[in-house]
Amino acid sequence: MTGVLERRAEGSAGPTPPVTMAGALNAALADSLAADDRVVVFGEDVGVLGGVFRVTDGLARRFGENRVFDTPLAESAIVGTAIGMAMNGLVPVVEMQFDAFAYPAFEQVVSHLAKMRNRTRGSVQLPIVIRIPYGGGIGGVEHHSDSSEAYYTATPGLRVVTPGTPADAYRLLRQAISCPDPVVFLEPKRRYWAKETTSLSVDGPGIDRAVIRRSGRDVTLITYGGTVATALDTAEAAGGEGWDVEVVDLRSLAPFDDATVTESVRRTGRAVVVHEAPSFGGYGAEVVARLTEQCFHHLEAPILRVAGFDIPYPPPKLEQHHLPSVDRILDAIARLQWDDRPEVGRA
Amino acid sequence: MTTAVPPAVAGLLPTANPVGLIAPDGTRTGCDDPSLPDVDILRELYRGMVVGRRLDAQCTALTKQGRLAVYPSSRGQEACEVGAVLALRDQDWLFPTYRDSVAVLQRGVDPVEALSLLRGDWHCGYDPYRHRVAPQCTPLATNALHAVGLACAAVLKGEDTVALVLLGDGATSEGDTSEALNVAGVRRAPVVFLVQNNGYAISVPLAKQTAAPALAYRGVGYGLPSVLVDGNDAAAVHAVVRAAVDRAATGGGPTLIEALTYRVEPHTNADDAGRYRDEAEVAYWLQRDPIVRLGAYLRTTGALDPAAQAAIEAEAEAAAADLRARTAEDAPLDVDDLFAFVYADAPPTLLAQRALLHAELADGEAGG
Repeated sequence: MTGVLERRAEGSAGPTPPVTMAGALNAALADSLAADDRVVVFGEDVGVLGGVFRVTDGLARRFGENRVFDTPLAESAIVGTAIGMAMNGLVPVVEMQFDAFAYPAFEQVVSHLAKMRNRTRGSVQLPIVIRIPYGGGIGGVEHHSDSSEAYYTATPGLRVVTPGTPADAYRLLRQAISCPDPVVFLEPKRRYWAKETTSLSVDGPGIDRAVIRRSGRDVTLITYGGTVATALDTAEAAGGEGWDVEVVDLRSLAPFDDATVTESVRRTGRAVVVHEAPSFGGYGAEVVARLTEQCFHHLEAPILRVAGFDIPYPPPKLEQHHLPSVDRILDAIARLQWDDRPEVGRA
Repeated sequence: MTTAVPPAVAGLLPTANPVGLIAPDGTRTGCDDPSLPDVDILRELYRGMVVGRRLDAQCTALTKQGRLAVYPSSRGQEACEVGAVLALRDQDWLFPTYRDSVAVLQRGVDPVEALSLLRGDWHCGYDPYRHRVAPQCTPLATNALHAVGLACAAVLKGEDTVALVLLGDGATSEGDTSEALNVAGVRRAPVVFLVQNNGYAISVPLAKQTAAPALAYRGVGYGLPSVLVDGNDAAAVHAVVRAAVDRAATGGGPTLIEALTYRVEPHTNADDAGRYRDEAEVAYWLQRDPIVRLGAYLRTTGALDPAAQAAIEAEAEAAAADLRARTAEDAPLDVDDLFAFVYADAPPTLLAQRALLHAELADGEAGG
């Protein structure tokens, strides 16, 4: 599997340069378009402009307007026509410009995209990927920072995935485009410009697997997307306070990788779930419930959540109070009833 | 007085009066554009409408016997249901709504498979690819976008395929209708939009649905040529849909057709139409019945003799009897189907839930 970066590297003798998540996503789209004639990429401003985040930069020029094209400004139409195209054998990869601008497409997603396979007893498959830049932390004004994952994870028939690193962005998007199921692909927009020195490969953990990003003995941080880096930073900071923290990057929010996550939590006995979305009825509630059901006798403390407040997403100058921070996660770790086991962690 | 209309718009506007070829009394109108379909097609239209109406009546009867959970009848709309479908070619696609069972059957779908939804056995009982009929769509107007997408894909793949989407008057108020007309226009998609304006969206009459002079005028704003047709004249519906299919197939782009018709029955068997319309209105439309008028024309012109008429009616009765017999018993259902088709490969969570259900059923049998 050859990514854009590796192709660039072929022309130069030097080392592979760091890749951003946006660049890795762009490479995944380019490589999927090159590998499979059925793949088409469309949405608002994805053509000449290359997308407002430049994730589709250069694709229309390279693959032509029959493969990569702009649509009218109508999100329900983008998903609805993608469904019709997939019925006729294409593999549409569509972009919703921002999380909150995907809501007009919600009926098509929930009533048709998620259900068509089941409705037709497997006859009509819809191998569609809906890319949605999601979450906050970029100083966006209202309607540009929603964490909308729970709306989609509550809908059977959809796969919902989100990458936490550039390498995984490439891998997951390639896997999503190859997947026969519809995939809601949530791109943590505040990580678009995060860099990683890596070669891009589709090989590695499958589309339905969580991964342990950092091993630790004392507590498991369970997170995804935009807060994977925050959790890793927290783990580093926690080392100074005497906690050896494990970080699980869920990658696949639906279906949920029970095996990987429960193995970690049974081992550490403590867990904190971290996400940006509001706590109430949020995705973390499902994670806590599942782990409590499956790991109860291994738990040393109730599983805690560090999530956004139960408020509409704040304006840019206040968003730092809303987003899970290293300090807030450390505080949650400190509340995991360590006093019951004074030999572990700080007194 | 003449009204100045820019030429570019004039080509898109519907005619002031609906296109009609055969008048309600069975006589030929003066209209020659489009021309009257061949007599073989007219006989086929008649046959399809008679059989379709008989099956439709059988379905309503099946609700009373508890064999169907609910049935939305299209009685009175047979000219649209049959006329439009007969205008399609084998390679074309039909995107029907829940009220379009007669159109689905006309396309060749087995009635028992088509009724799976309303029997409560499964959501879509037929394989959409077999007859190129999308699942009957319940969320209004959403199917219009599927039709546009399928047609766009056909163009991208170089296929000669036209998509016909059926909509009701109520569905034109939904945003997806506007988005579908717009995208189809922009991409010159080979799509035919057929709006069956049957007067009511459940209880709400058209006057409360739109202030437009006619629903057909909705096409002009999106750059679509638009046609207003007598929706109880099967010959006219067939002719205008056929012309639109031909135009779409030769790169001419989409067409919006509004067919004026009437829903003779209530919204479904569970509805009480007496609460919102009076009998005089129904009686008026019964005088414009699509089957009566085409039958009269065919008999007058010598194209339908009593023997042929009797043969068609016998075929309709046989079809109804076959449907009765095949729906008399509940179909065997497999609970594993609940989990089998949600994803291409059932994830562990679903397998565990399936095992739980199996255990419950085994306990129930052991306990019983």
